[in-house]
Amino acid sequence: MSSTDKNQTVSSEAAPDSVTPEPEIHDSPPSTTSGWAVFMFFMIGFVGSLLSGWILFPELLYSKKEQPIDFNHAIHLDLVYDGCNSCHYFRDDGTFAGVPGMDSCVDCHMDVMTGAPEEVKFVDEYVTPGIEVPWLIYSEQPDCVFFSHSAHVIGADMSCESCHGDIGTSTHLPVYQENRLTGYSRDIWGHSISRLGKPEPGEPKPMKMNDCADCHLEKMGHKGACFQCHK
Amino acid sequence: MKENNNHSNAKRYGMVIDLDKCTGCGSCMVACYSENNVPFKTDETNKLDSLNWIRVYKISNNKPYPHSEVCYLPMPCMQCDGIGKHGHSPCVSVCPAVATDYDYSTGIVSQIYTRCFGCRYCMAACPYHARKFNWWDPVWPADMEKYLSPNVSARMRGVVEKCSFCFHRYQLARDKAYLEKRQELAEDEYQTACAQGCPTGAITFGDLNNKSHAVYKLKKSPTAFRLLERLETNPKVYYLSSKSWVRRAGDNYLAHEETEKINNKVKEPYEAKEHL
Repeated sequence: MSSTDKNQTVSSEAAPDSVTPEPEIHDSPPSTTSGWAVFMFFMIGFVGSLLSGWILFPELLYSKKEQPIDFNHAIHLDLVYDGCNSCHYFRDDGTFAGVPGMDSCVDCHMDVMTGAPEEVKFVDEYVTPGIEVPWLIYSEQPDCVFFSHSAHVIGADMSCESCHGDIGTSTHLPVYQENRLTGYSRDIWGHSISRLGKPEPGEPKPMKMNDCADCHLEKMGHKGACFQCHK
Repeated sequence: MKENNNHSNAKRYGMVIDLDKCTGCGSCMVACYSENNVPFKTDETNKLDSLNWIRVYKISNNKPYPHSEVCYLPMPCMQCDGIGKHGHSPCVSVCPAVATDYDYSTGIVSQIYTRCFGCRYCMAACPYHARKFNWWDPVWPADMEKYLSPNVSARMRGVVEKCSFCFHRYQLARDKAYLEKRQELAEDEYQTACAQGCPTGAITFGDLNNKSHAVYKLKKSPTAFRLLERLETNPKVYYLSSKSWVRRAGDNYLAHEETEKINNKVKEPYEAKEHL
């Protein structure tokens, strides 16, 4: 402290004679170039961090998992008589069965029917040993969430596509992207990492709490009480 | 603002507990523990630490034999309506995290464990000790986790929990009603676990606004009273007792005051709503 104070007093005393006018003449041209250099340096860092935030971060945040069997929805939808409801049905008590269990599959797939490689794999690895397929569920919600399919599908007459997108006509299952921090599917957050704009038609809708609340506010006029969706 | 959330055909679910029928067996507590995944410890001797959504208290008239009498008092969450129609329950109005709210469609006060951060203002505000704090993460004996209900989320350390009037049962009953394209639930479709677990039928549960439900008539009984009524918390749990000392124990009276009759005090929070 004391040494710098001394230096400052010395220089300020010496300044009036010779030192102060000189920087004004010599420093001004280099200061613009260094200003540009600082600006460019800032921009490179800024764009770099934006790119890493928008592109690299999602790649790091989400791990990619393949489903155990690459299920072809389109083929099955053509064969069944009751649309989505044939396999994803309501039980008699009004609860929704969700992803069908092996007992639904073996109605048809007791043995290999078509010889398609995925079907052969399905029969060999799961049907014959009698193991349930560990499907990864894109729309799985936390434990504290209560979602009533019957309220939405029957009560509000909504179609499956309005939330789940065109999964019913897909020929391959999409890659399951799991958030490494939370363990939930990327479909919950939505595929746009910024959550700006609306999802493409046919894309599944994001399923965070605010997405539910926004739709309820729009359709019902209020977001509803906590217990409507929490348990 | 919140009044806009009202449903036109609002329910007001409540309970009437006949203390003359209650034997203090604790079946309601057991039913509740098992229904709502309420954790317990190996040693439950310290009742201050115990978590329970309904607790059976024992009260006495403090008279020597042969005039001594006891009464068992099961206390779930009273699901207070608050003064008038505002749903101004003591706990809801103090929660800084909006972790608890009043559902205008059913009159049930919620508790959202993932939202609660454990400040326990609600516990301080609740005059009925209906709210309990999780001092530890829940631990169940080996294999008992398989018996947990998937319809009620388990709580973690550091949050407050309370009776929900088995709201998940309401949700499941509504699921079935939607499937059958019905708007209304029958009285027996939505019953709490404690009401069904009571061997003497002391607990009656239903919609206090619905004239066809048993609770509608029972709450108007001349022997009906509510706890700490003069605080105007407007609880939805009514008690019946033929004994005047029990009815008097329901509130704090000065020696010269008379026990108030409930029928002078009943507030119908939804009756005034039409004037809005």
